[in-house]
Amino acid sequence: MTDSHDHTPAVVEEPIANPGLPAHTWRPTDLDEGAATRAERQVAGFFGLSMVCAVLFVVAYFTLEIGDNFDTFIGLGASTVAPGLALGGSLLFIGIGIIQWARKLMGDHEISELRHPAGSPAEDRDAAVSDIMQGIEESGIGRRPLVRNSLLGAMGMMGLPAIVLLRDLGPTNARVANAENGTGLQHTIWKKGMRVVRDVVGTPIKASELEIGDLVNAAPEAQFPTEANGYPEIEGVELQVLKAKGAIIVVKMEPEEIKPVEGRENWTVDGVICYSKICTHVGCPISLYERTTHHVLCPCHQSTFDLADGAKVIFGPAHRPLPQLPPAVDEEGYLIAQADFDEPIGASYWEREKQ
Amino acid sequence: MGCASCHGQNGEGISTIRDGYEKGPSLVGVGAAAVDFRVETGRMPLAQPGSQAPRKQPTYSDEEVAAMAAYVASLAPGPAIPTEQDYSIEGLSDDEREEAIVRGGQIFLTNCTACHNFNGGGGAMPRGGYAPSLKGVESKHIYEALLTGPQAMPNFSNGNLSPEEKRDVIAYLRSIEDTPNYGGFGMGGLGPVSEGLFAWVLGIGGLVGFAVWIAAHTTRSTKQPIEEGAEA
Repeated sequence: MTDSHDHTPAVVEEPIANPGLPAHTWRPTDLDEGAATRAERQVAGFFGLSMVCAVLFVVAYFTLEIGDNFDTFIGLGASTVAPGLALGGSLLFIGIGIIQWARKLMGDHEISELRHPAGSPAEDRDAAVSDIMQGIEESGIGRRPLVRNSLLGAMGMMGLPAIVLLRDLGPTNARVANAENGTGLQHTIWKKGMRVVRDVVGTPIKASELEIGDLVNAAPEAQFPTEANGYPEIEGVELQVLKAKGAIIVVKMEPEEIKPVEGRENWTVDGVICYSKICTHVGCPISLYERTTHHVLCPCHQSTFDLADGAKVIFGPAHRPLPQLPPAVDEEGYLIAQADFDEPIGASYWEREKQ
Repeated sequence: MGCASCHGQNGEGISTIRDGYEKGPSLVGVGAAAVDFRVETGRMPLAQPGSQAPRKQPTYSDEEVAAMAAYVASLAPGPAIPTEQDYSIEGLSDDEREEAIVRGGQIFLTNCTACHNFNGGGGAMPRGGYAPSLKGVESKHIYEALLTGPQAMPNFSNGNLSPEEKRDVIAYLRSIEDTPNYGGFGMGGLGPVSEGLFAWVLGIGGLVGFAVWIAAHTTRSTKQPIEEGAEA
């Protein structure tokens, strides 16, 4: 590139002599018209292959059998492999053709560009600064502090509508927390007398029918409202929240294996013990339970809780034991809750320790 | 003969000197289903101690297993070997079968996927253990495993999952096996995790390798232009 502007190179005095560009080497296609024609045909050939692949895709899409009696291709289902290969080939051959074109036929000569200083000339900078200073002078912003301060005040107050609108994006925990209907972060739907039912099927659990080593993935009965149990219909977000907070795991072990936590001596029914299914680290549902060790493992970050020892954390990033739900048995022999959890379930949140 | 060295001559189990450790647990009350599952899948007799007894070629014939199961069942009441009626949905109408498969799927996803993966492919457990794959396991053995909870697996007794619910879980597992498999590589059936790993490492890695290969090869040669007039 010729140096037509008055910009001088960054380094004028070179410490070592400029060796210049190495001697140009030539491609066969630059020298031999026959080679160039061959390269042109290769490029066109790749584009042609791409067209063939596109047609093959359409043919494969419409002719290959799917369903019970599907065609196979190298041991795999032809209806997925063949269109995939054809579409991939179609794209690949366009790419290969373009690379071949660029490397063999497009112009091939060395260029060099010198670096120039990036800054504007001094007189341009002086002119810009004097324009700004003149603007400040003419607006009188320095001489009239009342105007300046009231402008700053107006711009600050513009933030108020934003704060008011953001506040309404969601209810705060303090506003929705209600122990009676189990809303808010520190309460769940569980309450005294609510039956413990099997998750998904919603049938109640007879405590006497459970055997040592059983693991029941259970839910509050309010999650399965029927006319018989009289719980109100619930749907949408409220149902999801109920499920997310109410899920529990019920295990039965030899009663003498359970080390009761102080103050929770009567929180088991004949070896049946219930814990929140929601990990206290970041709230994954956990039920990887080993009956031999009584450990339950969280699949997300490997927090491990010992259910025989008050769900104490024995490994992993969780900070607190799983909250325990006190069970009882109603007059028909079914498992019920004695009360809601006595602490918030799941992951930590800001105000948790202040409760 | 095959069992007594660990489980005791009367199936009472053998404890070691260390408190709480045992060479073999008591077989009193484990029931015929437990014997049938462990011996027919080759897990027992144990070839060597380890974190978990692996599935292997069974050692005993069907008659021998039946006799051992009957003996252990006589020690104390326990779960009996399920019959085909317990785990088959053959006798149901098409609608009832579909309903059973759907319900079984929901029960499976709630109770079993935590360890066995949502397609029954199995998975790793703490301290060298693993939840085995359920693919190709006989329906009877799945039912027995649910009933008796082999090794570290919790059990799903009839008071936990009713017999129909267990049957539905098996129907769901059979239905995933019947789904036409259009091929491709399962990659553990873990969904986006293993597929993403494959795409990022092998797919994009392959493309990078191809680009490096292109750039490493020049189309230039040592040929020089022939000076004009030099041609004869």
